[in-house]
Amino acid sequence: MNITRRKVLMLLPAAAVAWEYVLAGTPEAAPNYNRTQHWWAMLIDITKCIGCGNCVRACAEENHVPEGYFRTWVERYHVDDWPSENPIVDSPDGGKHGFPPNGESGGKNFFVPKMCNHCADSPCTQVCPVGATFMTPDGVVLIDQKYCLGCRYCVQACPYGCRYINPDKKVAEKCTLCYHRITKGLTTACCEACPTGARQLADLKNPNDPIHEFVRTHSVQVLKPHLATGAKVIYNGLDRSVR
Amino acid sequence: MKNLKDAEHLLRVAAVFLVAIALFAILRSHFVPRSFGEYGHYRGDAIGEIAALPVSFAGHGACESCHSDILEKKKAGKHAGVSCEACHGPLAKHADDPAGIVPTKLDTAVLCVKCHEANPAKPLWFPQVASQDHSAGLPCDTCHQPHSPVIDSGAKK
Repeated sequence: MNITRRKVLMLLPAAAVAWEYVLAGTPEAAPNYNRTQHWWAMLIDITKCIGCGNCVRACAEENHVPEGYFRTWVERYHVDDWPSENPIVDSPDGGKHGFPPNGESGGKNFFVPKMCNHCADSPCTQVCPVGATFMTPDGVVLIDQKYCLGCRYCVQACPYGCRYINPDKKVAEKCTLCYHRITKGLTTACCEACPTGARQLADLKNPNDPIHEFVRTHSVQVLKPHLATGAKVIYNGLDRSVR
Repeated sequence: MKNLKDAEHLLRVAAVFLVAIALFAILRSHFVPRSFGEYGHYRGDAIGEIAALPVSFAGHGACESCHSDILEKKKAGKHAGVSCEACHGPLAKHADDPAGIVPTKLDTAVLCVKCHEANPAKPLWFPQVASQDHSAGLPCDTCHQPHSPVIDSGAKK
């Protein structure tokens, strides 16, 4: 057989496609977990949060969050009796080590845990120029660290301030809703560590999930509903002043 | 045939285009992962890679399979809803190797106040104390049994 230049040129693309299949191998999959059967959300009950910071510490340990960065954090609100429009909000070290007294007296005081809202129509996934951040079929917004360029576009796009650039890896990071745990049948690290049950992982596709009765019997709200991001972190007892 | 000879320069351009398209196809198939576009405009394998990360918190189910005595104790008390690792910290390594990795005993003088130190921002239903007035720095397990924290003078055993 004569190998002409023409034949080589014709064979090259086919060879490249075949080689790609060899390199890719088999993708890893969690056993007994069907992505189409879940739609994950989180319930945060402000009336139960005691500001202990357990969730922040647990998240940092579970997900190796660098010091000074947060995938979840707790804010303390102080709303004066009058005027009540401008609350004083503080979050010393993300609430990681609890909240020392801030000298505020009177008014209304409460804690608000915050995290990625895993929005169904998320602005952050829409702006990524390379397809490095996306929503999984089970409703979790994730980041492909191998694909992320670290361009920071998503960090700016998130209206809830939930993303950061990892100072060592130079790629975007955020709450994964402990995807490596919930696909194994565990709850998230923050829910596991919360002593009062202020955080509850919820599966909106599971008709037996207690979230449905809770939502039916309580007045719940999401953050910044006017942005129509389809936020899936549902708050109970959310004060008007929280933003 | 005369016409074809006149069009030879066009054929050369066409050949250049073909080579360019082939090159593009080769490079594209090389650089775009196979799973890209499997579920959407992203690398489908990334989901599996993130799901495969190791866990640090074993989950209270893992604890209860061995420590059923503590579970019984907790069930009756106010701390029934508090999962083990909320206080004891992430212990998936201990669950994997119970004999090899033994968790350290906690100091109740610093542990309990993380939740129970009085703070005006805490909800009123939550039991809170000003620890200095309440126990003057004594460890809480002098009086309270952490797994079922009713007052118990013989708590520290």
